[in-house]
Amino acid sequence: MSAERELNLTLKVWRQKNASAKGGFETYQLNGISTDCSFLEMMDILNENLIKQRKEPIAIDHDCREGICGMCSLVINGVPHGPRQETTTCQLHMRSFQTGDTIFVEPWRANAFPVLKDLIVDRTAFDRIISSGGFVSVNTGGTPDANALPIPKETADLAFDMAHCIGCGACVASCKNSSAMLFVSAKVSQLSLLPQGQIEEDKRVINMVNQMDTEGFGNCTNTEVCEAVCPKGITVDSIARLNRKYLKATIASEV
Amino acid sequence: MLDSKVPEGPLKDKWTNYKNKCKLVNPANKRKHKVIVVGTGLAGGAAAATLAELGYEVSSFCIQDSPRRAHSIAAQGGINAAKNYPNDGDSIWRLFYDTIKGGDYRSREANVHRLAEVSNNIIDQCVAQGVPFARDYGGLLDNRSFGGAQVSRTFYARGATGQQLLLGAYSALMKEVGKGTVKLFPRREMLELVLVDGKARGIVVRNLITGDVETYAADTVILATGGYGNVFYLSTNAMNSNATAAWRAHKKGAYFANPCYTQIHPTCIPVSGDHQSKLTLMSESLRNDGRVWVPKKKGDKRKAIDIPEDERDYYLEEKYPSFGNLVPRDVASRNAKLACDDGRGVGESGLAVYLDFKDSIDRLGEDTVRGKYGNLFDMYERITDENPYKTPMRIFPAVHYTMGGLWVDYNLMSNLPGLHVLGEANFSDHGANRLGASALMQGLADGYFVIPYTVGTYLADTKLEKVDTSHPAFSEAVKEVNARTEKLLSIKGSRSVDSFHKELGLVMWEYCGMARTEEGLKIALEKIPKIREEFYKDVLVTGEGEELNQELEKAGRVADFLELGELMCRDALDRSESCGGHFRLESRTPEDEALRKDDEFSYVSAWETPADGSDPILHKEDLVFENVELTQRSYK
Repeated sequence: MSAERELNLTLKVWRQKNASAKGGFETYQLNGISTDCSFLEMMDILNENLIKQRKEPIAIDHDCREGICGMCSLVINGVPHGPRQETTTCQLHMRSFQTGDTIFVEPWRANAFPVLKDLIVDRTAFDRIISSGGFVSVNTGGTPDANALPIPKETADLAFDMAHCIGCGACVASCKNSSAMLFVSAKVSQLSLLPQGQIEEDKRVINMVNQMDTEGFGNCTNTEVCEAVCPKGITVDSIARLNRKYLKATIASEV
Repeated sequence: MLDSKVPEGPLKDKWTNYKNKCKLVNPANKRKHKVIVVGTGLAGGAAAATLAELGYEVSSFCIQDSPRRAHSIAAQGGINAAKNYPNDGDSIWRLFYDTIKGGDYRSREANVHRLAEVSNNIIDQCVAQGVPFARDYGGLLDNRSFGGAQVSRTFYARGATGQQLLLGAYSALMKEVGKGTVKLFPRREMLELVLVDGKARGIVVRNLITGDVETYAADTVILATGGYGNVFYLSTNAMNSNATAAWRAHKKGAYFANPCYTQIHPTCIPVSGDHQSKLTLMSESLRNDGRVWVPKKKGDKRKAIDIPEDERDYYLEEKYPSFGNLVPRDVASRNAKLACDDGRGVGESGLAVYLDFKDSIDRLGEDTVRGKYGNLFDMYERITDENPYKTPMRIFPAVHYTMGGLWVDYNLMSNLPGLHVLGEANFSDHGANRLGASALMQGLADGYFVIPYTVGTYLADTKLEKVDTSHPAFSEAVKEVNARTEKLLSIKGSRSVDSFHKELGLVMWEYCGMARTEEGLKIALEKIPKIREEFYKDVLVTGEGEELNQELEKAGRVADFLELGELMCRDALDRSESCGGHFRLESRTPEDEALRKDDEFSYVSAWETPADGSDPILHKEDLVFENVELTQRSYK
């Protein structure tokens, strides 16, 4: 925690013109940053300075700035979303830094998430994984009364914990194998825990794992760093659950 | 006079009669109809998924990298429905009545009743999708209370209800994408509506990765592009939320209704300094267990904990004993402003009031309070570095939601045939003030349960010529888009886009914010055109058009806000009554409450901006109340 109210910082930021260009670090000096600033507000100030010098500002994905949309995605000093636990980049505040610090800012790095420009990457692979099976096949209308099927509170709460994933991709960015297991297992877990999702759980887990492999995400080797960086606190129990469901689905015989 | 096309018959039968009699599109013909849906929030996502399930050929567009990021995701508190599971006397009528009253009698009866009718289907639908709503120990769904209601009808998923509902709609959408019935176009921004023979037949978008300008044709266009709260610069909206799609449609002839109706939410985290880029909401549900107070003494700088009980003013409980801390948002916000204007605001800036959980923690225990609001308390601590379990939260009102939007009839179609508008982007259901937990309800009602019927009515009833993107109307629209882009890039002035946005925001907040006067609005109407003029002389948009260029994206949006802001002030000036979120200081009751003037202002203001640049024209839709009696709202 910073002792000062204002910080002087050196930033080393990844700049890359577009997907095919070669990127590299640029160094920027930034003085008098309030510790009440969020990390992205600090980047806003840097961009405003660049515009004043008629230079192109740094391209960054961000949107809600409330830690829920999953759009922001910076690797800060080597850690996705920076130093604070269960905190997205947009919710990280500069009081987590010290004056005189040098801060490295990079995009997510994974083959399945190619850089589009500067700090912006393409995460549409996640959408394709969801469209391969991350849903309950129910159309609008004709559904039973919401209270027709009681679900134990503990089960519903656990399903919520899994459903709270914001799809940011920090798990992939932190993993030495660029594995998407935490993301996939969170969705598989949510839907397998609830009776509504159990009907098609075999098909779901196989399709989603296949799609994950097709997209070029790596395999899981249980280093558990994904859990450490997940801004929503999703635990690796979900990966164990995914593995059980996958095993069951692949060895069970058709009825 | 505008025709709302409300069906005949008693209020409770209108929607049923409509569904019984509306024309249907044969299943084999549905796949021949192309439908464009712009926006993938609750309304757009639900609409795209449902229309694809029905068999239409759907294209879905969003500005984010994924449909799952639409700003519906940030809604915290909950979604209303008239299930009456708690057995506390709720009904469709009561939900309808509370919503009409909460909207200060400035919404259309038939639309609001339909909303209340389909509310229960929404909860059933979401549970079937696997939305993990909060449950009680018996396994059934739990409810909580929200402002403006005396029953518990709000369903919730911890403090992330919007996220869970949106991920439900997103999963339904992705299911259809997987089947190939929806084509998904992320990172596309709609920059023009294409009309052929006066009907909406397509859109022009900018591919935000490559900068390419692309055209898409369809038989109908559905806008579900959210609200315009970012006209104020600081708001609880996401940074990329904008009014451009709606404003482009408006410039093509779609009327903009009630632009002055903006909602200032009472419980947001106060501004911390000039660096502030957006404001963060603390869910209204906190008012269930938090008590709002300020010191009785002006300029009292003691710590909250050092101010004794008898020197605290629990002004909401005092003034409104029957609703207490659960008064509607407009009332809570206005009273916070009054307290701060009176010099009794707290915190460094004096622009905040306390929301205190001490009594609830003493009564329920810290664990219970954590179970209900833990994620909100954590978020508060991350932002302010203060622990709300130990010291009261500081809150202040912030721009949150816009009740105004493109005018639509009962079919959710604008005055332009074939242009449908859903969710926050339309004006239809919330009148002059939206009740908490009603936005999620309206978005999903429009998308899942209304538009699937009314789009069919339009397509079955309308003779549509075959049109594709080779039609000259598309190349005309592309020319307009390119001309605007080139203009913005060519100015090469000295000021950033954000600096203009901030300047506009300050004017809007000062003169068209929580309290408005004729004098102030006239000042704003002089200032805004000057900012706009300066913008087109001195803005600096870096980079090129043919690449990913976030400055160019922002510049287009701010250019549109600079026009919309002026229309908002014009509308606020015209409406010299107070109603809901629109508070004119000239129109107050002796107790400082909003004083409506039903004889003069029981109408929807629907503005037309002529293409020739002349002054906007006001069209009116009279609001007819056959089922509720108009009374001065009282929450005392």
